[in-house]
Amino acid sequence: MGMFDRLKEGLTRSREALNEVFYMGGEVDEDFWEDLEDRLVMGDMGAEVAMQVTDDLREQAAREGLTTAPRLRDALARRIADEFATAERDPFDDTPSCVLFVGINGAGKTTTCGKLAGFAKDAGKTCILGAADTFRAAAIEQLEVWAERSGTEIVTRDRGSDPASVCYEVLERAESEGADLVLIDTAGRLHTSPELMRELAKVVNVTRKRSEMPVSVVLVIDATTGQNGLNQAKEFNEALDLDGIVVTKLDGTAKGGIAVAISHDLGLPILRVGVGEAIDDLQTFDALDFSRALVGEE
Amino acid sequence: MFNSLSDRLGATFDKLRGKGRLTEDDINLAMREIRMALLEADVNYRVVKGFVASCKEKCMTAEVLESLTPAQNVVRIVLDELTALLGTTESKLVLAQNRTPNVIMLVGLQGSGKTTASAKLAYLLKNQGHSPLLAACDVHRPAAADQLETLGSEIGVSVFRGDGKDAVAVATGAIDEAVDHLNDIVIVDTAGRLQIDEEMMQEAVDVKNAVKPDQILMVVDAMTGQDIVNVVSEFSERVDFDGVIMSKLDGDARGGGALSVREVTGKPIKFVSMGEKPDSLEVFHPDRMAKRILGMGDVYGIIEQAQKAAEASDIENAERMLREGFTMDDMLDQMQQVRKMGGLKKMVGMLPGGDKMLEQAGGAMDDSQITRIEAMIRSMTKEERLKPKKINGQRRKRIAKGSGRSVQEVNQLLKQWGEMNKMMGKMRQMTAGGGNSKKARRQMQNMFKGMGGMGGFGGGKMPF
Repeated sequence: MGMFDRLKEGLTRSREALNEVFYMGGEVDEDFWEDLEDRLVMGDMGAEVAMQVTDDLREQAAREGLTTAPRLRDALARRIADEFATAERDPFDDTPSCVLFVGINGAGKTTTCGKLAGFAKDAGKTCILGAADTFRAAAIEQLEVWAERSGTEIVTRDRGSDPASVCYEVLERAESEGADLVLIDTAGRLHTSPELMRELAKVVNVTRKRSEMPVSVVLVIDATTGQNGLNQAKEFNEALDLDGIVVTKLDGTAKGGIAVAISHDLGLPILRVGVGEAIDDLQTFDALDFSRALVGEE
Repeated sequence: MFNSLSDRLGATFDKLRGKGRLTEDDINLAMREIRMALLEADVNYRVVKGFVASCKEKCMTAEVLESLTPAQNVVRIVLDELTALLGTTESKLVLAQNRTPNVIMLVGLQGSGKTTASAKLAYLLKNQGHSPLLAACDVHRPAAADQLETLGSEIGVSVFRGDGKDAVAVATGAIDEAVDHLNDIVIVDTAGRLQIDEEMMQEAVDVKNAVKPDQILMVVDAMTGQDIVNVVSEFSERVDFDGVIMSKLDGDARGGGALSVREVTGKPIKFVSMGEKPDSLEVFHPDRMAKRILGMGDVYGIIEQAQKAAEASDIENAERMLREGFTMDDMLDQMQQVRKMGGLKKMVGMLPGGDKMLEQAGGAMDDSQITRIEAMIRSMTKEERLKPKKINGQRRKRIAKGSGRSVQEVNQLLKQWGEMNKMMGKMRQMTAGGGNSKKARRQMQNMFKGMGGMGGFGGGKMPF
């Protein structure tokens, strides 16, 4: 199943909601626009972006004489797709590469790390996992289970040890063994904790300094996150200079609209989206597909 | 762009300020802003609509308090409405009296913080004199049981893992175990699940039917967006929980979801979870939450945090300071106090209007200033710290060199110390007797309790 189908499946509810708008007698009146704005806000796109998108679509409709629902829908999908920043490089494909996963607690960093290791293995790449979440209870064990599942090598240290030392060690190992891909899981932390953000900045700096392969720092964000997601992304970006985003848990009824705002405001590309529990449900991101699924285009 | 609700409301009410009366147009304008602001705080849009409509009606008909400006009246009405909606009473855990063991079950989405909340709840109950047992019923996520076991051993609560394959078997096994080991409460930690995952939802129902919990608590991430409504209504329908634990409230999310949960399911928020430490589970206060959503400053929060930071020894220190004067070591202590409470930015941000102050100050109000002062003090000798008056030109030069700052900065620091020391002298006179009489000591203790160990903070003479 492709990403488009998956997303469509996952986003059925929002699509139905938008279909309601678009089929409302087909008449495009003031209520239609107001309702449309509300719906976009409901999808966690953020009031500001929603207003901007609606206004633009409105102008475009007048300019190009778009009066029918399908044409408006197509225009809207394109309009939303335009909001996304595009990736210059896919750090999971373009190897050798080292990727650090960062984010708040419970976003899905460890799971994403584990799944991507499985992918790399299937693609015939040598991958090494680094368990730099030395803080959370059993985070190391959790990643070890993933490593075992995919038959990937993993570098661990005892709980409570310096995460930067794990990064150092995993990079040394990767170099001596000629690995293609290094994936490093870090401890979840709230962006409002200056101490923990400083610690993470140190981990990232050590990795960037030590690594001979290009290092990417990727923010993992939960699709159910609301407007605070933008704060999160801003703070993490400021502290660590992010390279991209992975959006997880898009398989529920959450629309992941915050991804539009983050990608738009910070110019960060979305590298992968998680649309289900299985390993191959972590897919590459296609802005137009995502937007189409969001606005309910067939 | 408005960053927070308080900015937005502030801007709206700045516009309204100075008018003797509000017209309907004014109120409409204010309500529009409130609507947008609530949406940005992640309150569900349907809830927002209902809320704004009822607020508007109240504003049009409410008795206007003469002592308040029209804008203040609107704020008061909005705040009252919000508090009422969040639940007017503090709700606590309800456990059957004649059942042993009592059972509490936790449910929620993946990553909402169930396992952590289970451990915190166990810690809370243990401190209340109960003997809880944790049941590791998350048999899906790798190493979830290990996580619970580690957390359990940290707080001294046993964990039942069973065969680790069947959630229902683990849950029922835990109850037998609790009976054997005289535990009076079993806390059942379940796997995270999506509300649309039929199989997993059925598992939760099966566990529920097997152990018949006294209380089912749903753990909800404070950062959840609009989808929270779908999630909680589905969980409410299928599993029928009794209350909510809001997690990750130590972040800067406004937590508008709390309002949506309350409005959509009618279920109370029982606890809020504020951080990583086991003691960071707190009883929910609707009034504080309302203020947080409206960005009106968590004044209670700051007082509590200050009280936590100000331990008994600090009060003794304060007395000594009054008797013997204020040393550089004391100043260093104060800097560390501020750090302990989460840094200057966080503290100012929690005060009413603090957001605005932070914005005005731009980058000036960061903690690097504290770091600089710490560096300078640490470059002083022990003697210099105790008697800063000794620091002459040569010593200043050495301190500047040692801390990597300029001599001017050292001068400034010494000047600040002088001012603070003078203030201490004044206080000493105020409490006459210098801490010799019991009354004076009490007075001083109260004063310092009130100031929460912030020492010279209240004087407005701190260097930032």
